[in-house]
Amino acid sequence: MSSAQYKLLRCTINGKKVEKMIDVRASLTDLLRDDFRLTSVKKGCEVGECGACNVIVDGECFNSCIYLAVWAEGKEILTLEGLAGPNGEISDIQQAFIDEAAVQCGFCTPGFIMSATEMLQSGKEYSDEEIRKLMSGHLCRCTGYENIFRAVKKTMLRRLGKEAEADAV
Amino acid sequence: MYVGKKVTRVDAYDKVIGRTRYTDDLCDKSAYIARILHSTVANGRVVSIDVSEAEKIPGVVKVFTCFDVKEKHYFPTAGHPWSTDESHQDVADRLVLTERVRFYGDDIAAVVAEDEVSAAQALRAIKVEYEEYPFVLDVMESMKDGAPQIHEEYPNNILKHTTIQKGNYEEAIKEPGLIKVEGWYSTPTVQHCHIENFICYAEMEGDRIKVVTSTQIPHIVRRVVGQALGVDWGKIRVIKPYIGGGFGNKQDVLYEPLCAWLSMQLGGHLVKLDVPREETFVSTRVRHAIKSHIISWVRPDGTFAARKLEAFSDQGAYASHGHSIVAKGAGAFPQLYPCENVEVDAYTIFTNKSVAGAMRGYGIPQAMWAVECHTEEVAARLGMDPIEFRRKNLMPVGYTDPFSKNELYTDTFNQCIEKGMEEIDYKRKYAEYQNQTGDIRRGIGMAVFWYNTAVWPISLETSSCRMVLNQDGSLQVQLGETEIGQGADTAYTQMTADVLGVPLEYVHVVSCQDTDVTPFGTGAYASRQTYTAGFAIRQTAMLLKERILEYAHELTRMPAYNLDIIDGKIVRVTDGRELMTLGELSTEALYSLNHSLHLSAESTSQIKSNAYSFGCTFAEVEVDIPMCQVKLLDIVNVHDAGTIINPALAEAQVHGGMSMGIGFGLSEKLMYDEKTGRALNNNLLDYKLSTFMDHPRLRAYFVENPEPTSAFGTKALGEPPTCSIAPAIRNAVYQATGVGVNDAPVNPHNLFRQMKEEGMI
Amino acid sequence: MYDMKALYEAESVEHAVALLVEHPEAQIIAGGSDVLVQMREGKRAGKELVSIYMLDEMRGVSYEADGAIRIGSLTSFSHITKDPIIQEHINVLGEAVDMVGGPQIRNIGTIGGNTCNGVTSADSASTLHAWDAIVEITGPDGVRRIPIHDFYIKAGVVDLRPGELQTAIIIPKEAYEGYKGHYIKYAMRNAMDIATTGCSVNVKLSADKKTMEDVRIAYGVAGPVPMRAPSAEAKAKGKPTTKAAIREFAKAVLEDINPRDSWRAAKDFRQHIAVVLAERALTESIRLAGGEINE
Repeated sequence: MSSAQYKLLRCTINGKKVEKMIDVRASLTDLLRDDFRLTSVKKGCEVGECGACNVIVDGECFNSCIYLAVWAEGKEILTLEGLAGPNGEISDIQQAFIDEAAVQCGFCTPGFIMSATEMLQSGKEYSDEEIRKLMSGHLCRCTGYENIFRAVKKTMLRRLGKEAEADAV
Repeated sequence: MYVGKKVTRVDAYDKVIGRTRYTDDLCDKSAYIARILHSTVANGRVVSIDVSEAEKIPGVVKVFTCFDVKEKHYFPTAGHPWSTDESHQDVADRLVLTERVRFYGDDIAAVVAEDEVSAAQALRAIKVEYEEYPFVLDVMESMKDGAPQIHEEYPNNILKHTTIQKGNYEEAIKEPGLIKVEGWYSTPTVQHCHIENFICYAEMEGDRIKVVTSTQIPHIVRRVVGQALGVDWGKIRVIKPYIGGGFGNKQDVLYEPLCAWLSMQLGGHLVKLDVPREETFVSTRVRHAIKSHIISWVRPDGTFAARKLEAFSDQGAYASHGHSIVAKGAGAFPQLYPCENVEVDAYTIFTNKSVAGAMRGYGIPQAMWAVECHTEEVAARLGMDPIEFRRKNLMPVGYTDPFSKNELYTDTFNQCIEKGMEEIDYKRKYAEYQNQTGDIRRGIGMAVFWYNTAVWPISLETSSCRMVLNQDGSLQVQLGETEIGQGADTAYTQMTADVLGVPLEYVHVVSCQDTDVTPFGTGAYASRQTYTAGFAIRQTAMLLKERILEYAHELTRMPAYNLDIIDGKIVRVTDGRELMTLGELSTEALYSLNHSLHLSAESTSQIKSNAYSFGCTFAEVEVDIPMCQVKLLDIVNVHDAGTIINPALAEAQVHGGMSMGIGFGLSEKLMYDEKTGRALNNNLLDYKLSTFMDHPRLRAYFVENPEPTSAFGTKALGEPPTCSIAPAIRNAVYQATGVGVNDAPVNPHNLFRQMKEEGMI
Repeated sequence: MYDMKALYEAESVEHAVALLVEHPEAQIIAGGSDVLVQMREGKRAGKELVSIYMLDEMRGVSYEADGAIRIGSLTSFSHITKDPIIQEHINVLGEAVDMVGGPQIRNIGTIGGNTCNGVTSADSASTLHAWDAIVEITGPDGVRRIPIHDFYIKAGVVDLRPGELQTAIIIPKEAYEGYKGHYIKYAMRNAMDIATTGCSVNVKLSADKKTMEDVRIAYGVAGPVPMRAPSAEAKAKGKPTTKAAIREFAKAVLEDINPRDSWRAAKDFRQHIAVVLAERALTESIRLAGGEINE
């Protein structure tokens, strides 16, 4: 090991302010998994191709495997573990993944839900092609993306009050 | 009743909140990190390995090389049930580390370090000297006299050659007036690409070895680790947590033996082996690339006089699942379109490439590619409608395979085809897309398949189940048949609840297999689990129910035959009165001062039947001729998998199989450098797995003809969705353009080459 | 955990220059989507890094005094696509960088990183070439500006001298005013892919929209670095917006480009596609500029 270099990191993780001495060589994946045991952050390729390690940093999605932990300084990080409400109630998009059978092995699921969360936060109505594009930073080998598409589109429409359209997806 | 209902997956909630633990999530941080050094020559022998610089790196614990493997226990890796008949056993040709290397990526040394950075540095610091031999990458070249010999005991690199003879092909082709249609068809090397790479960790507990691994087949892993280490099998404990997909790659014993061996060399210290994506591509397993040569002799009325298939399957460097794959495909050939005179020659051939093993479909996607491309050509040559031609020749109702005893009981092929035609509006589109001109053209095509369920009678089919009742009437269910993402645990939950007569939420399927605890079962493969586990579940639940009702008799003095369990209550069937709840009974049984009894049941079902599963794919495409690009507009799969246990999960599983088929048909191909044998695109950027933007809506439909041999009317569905997609897309491109691409995938490179040859661009 | 020797975090552009002078062996890391991947592969393992990622002063799109568009080198692809200045004047650049990788990559990837790695397949590079972009470089001797064509030296090598970093990319007013353009990325997948060939075309039409006053075309993966096709441009200049003129222009690109045979694609295939892309990208550019294609 080369001589270790450490730095005090201050950031907010899932709504909680944290301070941690970190190895500057750490990726954000390392930080979240190893230091905070947030194991929804998955490792599938470690080069930003699969999207399994995706988290939200200051409102935008990033593959945490190719994001240095030191860059999290002063930022707000949201992982899947942070999506539930104060009493553990799950979000509508998580429920939609359950209802639409959009979960199979579950390994890509956390990353997908975080991208869907970013997309849904915009409050916009997207076309099918736009939804596909916004979700395209994730690879899945189980679902063929079909039920993930349904879950995301239905949740988008329901948030816009379009229940009937959502049911027809 | 829960069977047949869209019940929510039992593991979905934990998976959407991020609570589900996979192998890496469970491994203690004190683990040493192991990394494998792979061969950088495609064929040769390691002469020496200098680890001196590597071992000086701070953080490196030790480097083990192939020369440190003193006891050479050769082991097989295929996730097949063991055979006590020696002639039936898988080929034992692997060592945990090898000095004789047979592909670029073979395992020659392993670094163990305190952290991943030092492990990676050590890998780069190791110096290896090889004696290099010529190598061969192509199956046809590999079979030739004088080709480099890959395994001494297999002349011409042929692992196995089998034949099927029916009637008299040579005589039959003499019939006057026959039309000969001949073609060569090939499928590429592809990889499973489960999103969780292969990973395992091992440590010793006393004098035993515990391996926690991302596998489909924990009980088989136990046996093979024992064989590889030369240790009694009972000393091995294998634990399978949730896994991030397998698709057949994890139906092989991969690096569990090496990881266990490393731990043993280090006094049993915890060692984790997390295989990077690039190595998962090259050094775990791939799908067999198969070249097929088909000749059909057809009468002008559209019937076959004689047919011949030669198939050459690329095994890569080691035997793994070996000849089983091409044999399965070859076995399908005479059955799908029966003909009086058939000759089949199937070869499995070693090459100096990645080892081919099991992958979703197990030889049938390759066979259906060849057969269904060819069928389309035969129909075109005869000027017949491709669907009418198929209907005329497909396996007829009542057809029985003499070997498996599988029977086609119902007119399922026609039912599936009709459903597909209706859903995609086939007739109208087929007519509309005839004789197009211009740069952008559309086409519609289809293909069919059949698939076996489970492995009987080729191998053992067995499943064991244990059910243990809790105080409150709920129960744990344990099986060796594994949840790998497909939804097996949910199906088992539904089956158990129905047979036992309890609410769904009473049933807790123990998802994690631990070979010290879990009843014996061979695991997830061959689309066997809902079929085979179904027998064990029904039998065990009936046994448990009998015991519960016997105890209810003691408590109520009612005869057991007048009692039943309905919705978790003991009911007197004569008048429908609820006598007590199952929880009351169970609590009494456990704590009774008169007769304490822990109500449980365990049983084994050996299954000596098999079942045909059927279906078809319809695809609609748009081809941009100057751009050499195919856009998939619509795709429909129709399956007869018997009774559908859970329509939502069945549909989801079909989607996944369709997606894998789309990649197989349009974009995926693992490539190797001709000069070195090195894989060129072993990463998720260069290997073209379909993305969210490469699919249309995926449409799955079912024709339900309950399977009469089955415990729940169900049969294979896990693998079938992958089988007919690629040829259906290819046939749609053929209708659009008249260009029949016979080498999968139908990607721009292949389309460009062929359209250029045909003068279209 | 990355195998880096040391990480130096720049707090300003001047600080970055000072760090680079102090650590001449160090590699600049912006978004890291290339550097970290190479470090993991072992290519840059054990190297020192100077991180400029936290320098917000290098982010954003603005006008310079003379009306030129200035894009800070650390501006992420997704921010370029969403930027109103880009959307108004050079929307094709926003569209081009919206085809890089997937959404997460477009959030971390920067236009500076995309050009400084010197890769021919970069989705931003052909469009920047086609719009006569200027690269702003800051170093120990101050700021210098060079045309993007000169910035690329050879595959993987750009004109960054010791202590220098790229701080902005500038599109001069005369380069964008009156032009409309279109980019086509030809790849094997519709997302998460690198270009097999990328083609960016823009056109300036006459007032009556019937004549191509100026046409510019640039390619990625048609040679070792992104390149213009001057013969084709010369063929089209002053020509009417006809199918024949467009076809002649497209065929002429073969005089300029020099794609290679590789396992990713064959030379003849890339050449064929380059011609098709030129034809389609010019057709679309004319349409965007308000013109019509005549027979």
